Amino acid sequence: MSAVVAEHDDHHDHEHEHHGPEKGILRWIITTNHKDIGTLYLLFSLAMFFVGGSMALIIRAELFEPGLQFVDPNFFNSMTTMHALVMVFGAVMPAFVGLANWMIPIMIGAPDMALPRMNNMSFWMLVAGVLLIASTLFMEGGAPSAGWTFYPPLVMQTGKAFPFAVFAVHMLGVSSIMGAINIIATIFNMRAPGMTLMKMPLFVWTWLITAFLLIAIMPVFAGAVTMLLTDRFFDTSFFDAAGGGDPVLYQHIFWFFGHPEVYVMILPTFGVASTIIPVFARKPLFGYSSMVYATGAIAFLSFIVWAHHMFTVGLPVAGELYFMYATMLIAIPTGVKVFNWTATMWKGSLTFETPMLFSIAFVVLFTMGGFTGLMMSVAPVDFQYHDTYFIVAHFHYTLVPASIFILMAAGYYWLPKWTGNMYNEKIGRLHFWLSVVSVNILFFPQHFLGLAGMPRRIPDYAIQFADWNMVSSIGAFIYGFSQLLFLYIVIDTIKGGTGEKVTDEVWEEASKHGLEWTLPSPPPYHTFTTPPEIIPTEHI
Amino acid sequence: MSEELAQKNAKLVKKLVMVVLLMFGFGYALVPLYDVLCDITGQNRKIQGSTEEASEFVVDESREVTVEFITSLNESTPMAFRAEKNSLKVHPGQYYTVNFYAKNNTNTPLKAQAIPSIAPGLAEEFFKKTQCFCFTTQTFQAKEEKTMPVRFVVNPKLPERYKTITLSYTFFDTTNIVEN
Repeated sequence: MSAVVAEHDDHHDHEHEHHGPEKGILRWIITTNHKDIGTLYLLFSLAMFFVGGSMALIIRAELFEPGLQFVDPNFFNSMTTMHALVMVFGAVMPAFVGLANWMIPIMIGAPDMALPRMNNMSFWMLVAGVLLIASTLFMEGGAPSAGWTFYPPLVMQTGKAFPFAVFAVHMLGVSSIMGAINIIATIFNMRAPGMTLMKMPLFVWTWLITAFLLIAIMPVFAGAVTMLLTDRFFDTSFFDAAGGGDPVLYQHIFWFFGHPEVYVMILPTFGVASTIIPVFARKPLFGYSSMVYATGAIAFLSFIVWAHHMFTVGLPVAGELYFMYATMLIAIPTGVKVFNWTATMWKGSLTFETPMLFSIAFVVLFTMGGFTGLMMSVAPVDFQYHDTYFIVAHFHYTLVPASIFILMAAGYYWLPKWTGNMYNEKIGRLHFWLSVVSVNILFFPQHFLGLAGMPRRIPDYAIQFADWNMVSSIGAFIYGFSQLLFLYIVIDTIKGGTGEKVTDEVWEEASKHGLEWTLPSPPPYHTFTTPPEIIPTEHI
Repeated sequence: MSEELAQKNAKLVKKLVMVVLLMFGFGYALVPLYDVLCDITGQNRKIQGSTEEASEFVVDESREVTVEFITSLNESTPMAFRAEKNSLKVHPGQYYTVNFYAKNNTNTPLKAQAIPSIAPGLAEEFFKKTQCFCFTTQTFQAKEEKTMPVRFVVNPKLPERYKTITLSYTFFDTTNIVEN
């Protein structure tokens, strides 16, 4: 029920429906307002970013020098596993869901999300899921330590934490499925009249496609971990060789989920980049429709390339070739996007505010991550890269200076709209330069380590890897601590920022680029209770 | 929210929930699908409990292939397990028998299943076992030791590039697994 009902059919409810947020803590617990839930998601993911980041720093501290320094190997492996789970399911995915909650309704001229109560439930289910997985740290046998991929038979050695980890995955899965259904329903049914699909901002498009990926893959992952659960407790033999099962089957099922899952984290990233770059280049986005089709193509390809994660398990040669060529195909739509962003900036009147700096760094560094992906797609050479730090370097380049940088960019870009206050540009730029330099000190040497043969997920290593590991760890600590600047900026901006009152547009001529900039800064609690008129904008 | 919109939303949500349920089922459908695909491609063949038909080959005396034997125990299976010899030079087409020894180290009866694996995988179709303790689950009394012969032949059609075939067995403790 939203304000529209109150206005038109239900007059005695008028007063109740039109008041602002509830007072006190209850506002945040029972809220069904898309802005409140968006804020909750974003703050929660920011907290998890620091939790997952602390785990990464434990890993890098241990790897600073060869030999065992601070933690025992099992705890080290728990850290690699938990770092991945917290970052993927607790930080990056919820951050994008938060942006979707905040921005999609005000980008398409809707009063709220389509299913506001489910929206509330999916947030609190996420919190419960993350708390459940965090509770495994204190259990007998420690937190899961077989890697976030949960490969059997290794994962079967998990102690008491095993069923808790499985149920946590179930909860996180249900939470993101509910979020995805809500987003699809909002985009399909709640657009303002005149907002046709091909007029939607790209962030909305990329989220629509991402939401379809989510409802297709999360149930498969839920099935896979359920099979692990029944193998361990109910004598089934899906993956147990003794009963005629096959552990390799798990890898197929997992990566059928896993590969689209990594695109769940990158497609909304593309959407935000396509939103920010045109504003600061003061040009319409180059190739809007090709961006939409490229996103669709990437999403489709993500379902038919999964076995490139398992070139070394003994696939038939025909399979190796198929998965190799299919994987290479992904470079084409991705290339379309990179060229479109570049063409958008070409001859634009660029200014370099913090959101734009992060976005440009994203274009450059994500391309590097993409290229190492292309290297690994070549099946015969992947035998050298498999399970080494080269893989670690690759996916961290596509996640940290890509997804995380774009999330930072989104924060800087929309914080003035959300709060009505301007952030401190000087500290923002300092945050950017520290991040972009240190992230390369952190991850670039890992390419060398991987090519030289250093395996992933080990607490100790051979002496010849010492130098680059030390460099990488130094980068990690600079990167990790510079993120505290972002935390400071968020708190500072909420409290009033520079004191400068921002306009509705915030950024020069931003209102040409999206409906959200036609609203006051900060927007009132309820927006677009009557649908806005969609005037053809320049970006089409 | 108008009635009409609420209905539209409910209809769409129903469809999307159907997709979710179908995809959950699809995850499970991958299990039999995987077996079929492995069968078609001849990969990763899971050796089931059936003996393979014995056939006569012309013995190729001019060629020698080394067959290696590896024995291992899964996790904490309380057994001793070894092959009579580490390797054997064989002529393709000729039948050979090699003994394997396994002992139950506990004071209680034990059921165990041996899972064979052949490397390189592509040579598997040319390696035939006519007798093997891996065809059925083995039951061991307390402290019982068994001698278990494996009779096998290498098909003379084995491509020239294969000089060595490795046959490995892993014993899994299945005492607590219910027979289906």
